[in-house]
Amino acid sequence: MADFLLELLSEEIPARMQAGARNALARLFAECTEEAGLTTGAIDVHSTPRRLVLIARDVSEATGPSREEVKGPRTSAPPQALEGFLRKTGLSRERLEERDGVFFAVIERQGRPAAEILTDTVKRIVADFPWPKSMRWGSGSLRWVRPLHGIVAILGESIVPVEIDGIASGATTVGHRFHHPGPITIGGAADYVEKLRACHVIVDQDERERLVREEAEAAAAAAELKLLPDEGLVLENAGLTSWPVPLLGQFDAEFLDVPREVIVLTMRTNQKYFACTDKSGGLAPAFVCVANVEANDGGQAIVEGNRRVLAARLADARFFWEQDLKVPLEEQAAKLDGIVFHEKLGTVADKVERVAKLTRWLAETGVVEADPDQVERAARLSKADLVSGMVGEFPELQGVIGGYLAEAQGEPKPVADAIRDHYKPAGQGDQVPTEPVSVALALADKLDSICAFFSVELKPTGSKDPFALRRAAIASIELIVRNGLRLSLTESLRGALANRAGQLRDSETAHRLDRTAGELLDFFAERLKVQQREAGVRHDLIDAVFALGNEDDLVRLLARVKALQQFVETGEGADLLTAYKRAANILKKENWTGPQVMSSPAEQGIPQTGEEDPLVLVEEPGLREAIAEMASGEAGADLPEEKALIVALDAAEPKAAAAVEVEDFTGAMAALASLRGPIDAFFDHVTVNDPDPAKRERRLNLLMRFRDAVNTVADFSRIEG
Amino acid sequence: MGTSRLSLNFQDLILTLHRYWAAQGCVILQPYDMEMGAGTFHPATVLRSLGPHPWKAAYVQPCRRPTDGRYGENPNRLGHYYQYQVVLKPSPENLQDLYLGSLIEIGIDPLQHDIRFVEDDWESPTLGAWGLGWEVWCDGMEVTQFTYFQQVGGFECRPVTGELTYGLERLAMYIQGVDNVFDLQFNGEGVTYGDVFLENEREMSAYNFEVADSDALFDEFRKAAAESERCIDAALPIPAYEQAIRASHVFNTLQARGVISVAERQAYIGRVRDLAKAACGAWLERAT
Repeated sequence: MADFLLELLSEEIPARMQAGARNALARLFAECTEEAGLTTGAIDVHSTPRRLVLIARDVSEATGPSREEVKGPRTSAPPQALEGFLRKTGLSRERLEERDGVFFAVIERQGRPAAEILTDTVKRIVADFPWPKSMRWGSGSLRWVRPLHGIVAILGESIVPVEIDGIASGATTVGHRFHHPGPITIGGAADYVEKLRACHVIVDQDERERLVREEAEAAAAAAELKLLPDEGLVLENAGLTSWPVPLLGQFDAEFLDVPREVIVLTMRTNQKYFACTDKSGGLAPAFVCVANVEANDGGQAIVEGNRRVLAARLADARFFWEQDLKVPLEEQAAKLDGIVFHEKLGTVADKVERVAKLTRWLAETGVVEADPDQVERAARLSKADLVSGMVGEFPELQGVIGGYLAEAQGEPKPVADAIRDHYKPAGQGDQVPTEPVSVALALADKLDSICAFFSVELKPTGSKDPFALRRAAIASIELIVRNGLRLSLTESLRGALANRAGQLRDSETAHRLDRTAGELLDFFAERLKVQQREAGVRHDLIDAVFALGNEDDLVRLLARVKALQQFVETGEGADLLTAYKRAANILKKENWTGPQVMSSPAEQGIPQTGEEDPLVLVEEPGLREAIAEMASGEAGADLPEEKALIVALDAAEPKAAAAVEVEDFTGAMAALASLRGPIDAFFDHVTVNDPDPAKRERRLNLLMRFRDAVNTVADFSRIEG
Repeated sequence: MGTSRLSLNFQDLILTLHRYWAAQGCVILQPYDMEMGAGTFHPATVLRSLGPHPWKAAYVQPCRRPTDGRYGENPNRLGHYYQYQVVLKPSPENLQDLYLGSLIEIGIDPLQHDIRFVEDDWESPTLGAWGLGWEVWCDGMEVTQFTYFQQVGGFECRPVTGELTYGLERLAMYIQGVDNVFDLQFNGEGVTYGDVFLENEREMSAYNFEVADSDALFDEFRKAAAESERCIDAALPIPAYEQAIRASHVFNTLQARGVISVAERQAYIGRVRDLAKAACGAWLERAT
C-alpha cells in the first residue's frame, strides 16, 4: 500500500470556486476508484490559488480479479436481442452460458495495478470536472477553469503516467510565484506539503484561513483596534493567497463622515479589506489588507499603495454622499415617478402611494401603535434614496442610505429608523424590526409587493420566484408573529389589493380581487408552514387550524396550533384524536348531517356556518324542548356510557367555548381532554348502528355533537396520525 | 517611501511597454483613428481575434466614455483616457509570466509590491464577446484586465486570444505616487497630464452632458447602422465594423445626454451587437 498525490497546477482559480472544486475533486476521485474496485484510505483535498491537491492514503497495490455475470435475453428472443447483447458485452455467441432458457454472459476481469487505474482516474477527473465556468486557451481544446499547466501524480514514489492535451504528468511543480520562481521536485505525498511550505506556499486552506483570521486580528490589536469579524473575507483572502500576510493600514479620519456602512462595504467588496473598530465600538480609520508576499521592505510600500487606492474610493464615495446630502429626500421622492417598478405595476411612485395608504391604515386601526402621520411620512420618503448617487454606486445599501439622509436632514428618529429598516428582515436570520413605525412600514412594503404581483398574475411557480415573494411572505409572517401584531390577514391583504385596484381604471382587476385574496391566504398558509417547520411546528396542525375557515389572525392561529401540538402529542390527545377520527368516519359513512327534524340549511336558505343555534327558527316551546333533547343526543339515552358522554359534553362544551373566547387554547384542550374517557367507553359499549332507528339516530347525533365540540379548536380531520 | 524610486513619466511608460512588447514579437500599432469606448474595440483586437491566423499586436488606444466625464473635477475619473492593449494569438503558455515581466520592466518589484490575479470575467454586450480572466491588482489597485477570449461577435475564438489591457493613467499614478491624475508628469520636462488634457476634460464634459445635439446624434446612429449594413451587403467587413464602432460611440454619447431610457438601452445595445456580429461573420468568411 502506498499514498497517492495528485496536484493539478493552473493559473489562478477564482477564490469563490475553490471550496466547491475541492469537494468535486474528492467526489470524482472516490467515484472512479470505487468503480474500478481500488480501495484507498482517507482522502484529503486542498487548494491554493494555483492548484488543486488530493492526497489519498493507503491505496492498495492492485485490484483483485473479478467475475461478473450479466443476464441477457431469453434464448427464445428474436436474434436482434441476442446481437445487441453480444455487442454490449463484447463476447461471442459461444462464450455465453445458457440456463433455464436465458443467456448469461460471464465477464471475468483480471486484477489491474493501481497505477493503471489512477491514470484513468486522473484523465476522467480532468475531463468531467464540474467547474461552474470553464474556458479554452492557446490552440488546445481542453477545458479548465483557467489554463492548466501541470499534473503531479505520484503513487508512493513513482510517477503515475498521464497525458492530457499535451500536458504530461511528472514530479515537478512550482512554489510561490515571486519568492521561488523555479521548479520544485516532489518526492511524493510524504514530502509535498513541507516542500511547498519551504517555497512559500501553504497548501492547506484551513491553515491559511486560520492565519488570515488570527494575524489580521493581531495586526489590528497591535494598533489597539478590534477587527470587525467577517468570515466571508477570511475565506476569500485565503483563496487569493498562498502565503497570506495581513497588514494594517490607516486612512484619513476625515472620511469617517461618510456612513459607516458605505466605508465597510467599499472596503469589503471592492478591496477585500477588513474593517476595524476602536475601543468605543466606532469605526476606526484603519483597514487590514492581506498581501500574498513577504515584502522586502516589511510591507511599507504595499500598505501605502493600498491606502491610496482606498483613499480614491472613499473620496468618490464622499463626493456622492455630499451631493446626496444637499437634496432633500422629499425632492428625491418626487423623482420616483420616473422609475419603473415593474412594467405591469407602474412606477416606484405608484408603489410608494400604495404603501403609504396601507401603512397609515395599519396605524389608524391600531394594529401597530404609532402616529399615523409619522408612519405615512416614513412611507413617503422610504424609496427616495433609490435616486441618490450613493445607492446608484452601492445598490445593496438601499434603505440604509435613506435612513442616514433622513436623519441628517432632520427627520424624527422613528421615521429615519423606519426608512433604514423597511427592507428587513431580508432573509433568514436577519434582524426583525420591532419599533412600531418601522414595523408598520416594513410590513406594508412587503404586503404591497406580494399583493401587487399577485394581482397581475406574477406569482411564484415551482422553483421560480423572480420577485422573491415567498421571502416577502415569510418576512411578513416574522414581522407579525415576532411583534404579536393582531390583524386579520384577509382584511390587510384585501386592503393592499384594493389600493392597487384603485390605481387602475380597468375594472377587471378590481373584479378579480376576491379570487386573488383567497389565493393569497393559501399562499401565506403555505409559507407559514415552511416558516414554522424549523420551530418544529407540524404542518398538518397549521392546516387543521386554517381549515376552521375563520382564523386568519396569525398570532392567535399559532397559539391554537401550539396548544394543539402539545395536546395531540400527549397520550390523551392521541386517544382523543383516534376517537374523533372514528366518530368522523362513522358520520361520514352514514352520511349523517344532523338531527332529522330540521330541514336542511340549503332548503331554508340560511347561511350555515355550524355556529348558529339550530333552535332559532322553532317557536313552539314544547317542540323546542324535544328537538333540543334530540339534537343533544339525549332523548331516550338508555345506556350508562351514552349518559356519561352527554354529561361530559355538557361540562366540556361551555368550558372549551369560554376558553377559546379568551384565547386560552390550552384550557380548551384540557376541557376536550375530559371527553376522552367517556368517548372511549361509548365506543366500547354502545352500538351506534342499532336496529332501532331512533336509537341509531340519537347515537349518531351524539357522535356529531362530540365531533363538533372537538372542532371548536381545530379541524381534527386534518391532523395526521 | 517605497514607491519613490519608480519614476517613469507618462510617455516613458508607454515607450517602455512598446519596447517590451515589440521584443515579444508584437507589431506596434498606432491608435485607431475613430472614437471608441475601449481598446478592445480596435479591429486589431476584435477582428483579428477571429479566425485561425496567429496575431501579436500592441497599441495605445484613447478611450472615450462620455458618461465618465467629470469636468476635470474628479481626481480619478476621466471621460477620455488611454488604454495600453496587448493581444497575443494563440495565447502563449507563459502569458502570465510575460505580463509580469512587463510590470518588472516598468519598475514594479513583485517582492516589494503585492501582485494578485483576482477573478474578473469580461463581457462586452455590444460586441457579443466574453472571456475569462482576472483583474490584476498591484497593492489593491486594478492595473490590468487580463482576459482569455472565448467568443467575439458571437463566434468561438479558435485559437484563443490572450488580451491584456493596462489602464495607463492609473498605472502611471501608481508609479509616480500622485493622487490626482492631472498632476501626472507627462514627460520629463515638467509638462503635466493636466497641462495636456484638463481643458479637454472640461469642454468635452460640457459638450457631452449639455451641448451635444441629440437629434443629430440619433440621426447619426441610424445612418451609421444603415451604412454598416450596406457594407455587409457589399462583403466589406472592415468598413462595416468601423460603422458599428461609430454607432457604438454615438450611443455612448446619447447615454451621457440622458436621452435613452432604461428600456431603450437594451434595444440600442442589441442593435450595435447585431452590426458587430454581422461584421465579424463577414470577416470570418474572409479569414477562413
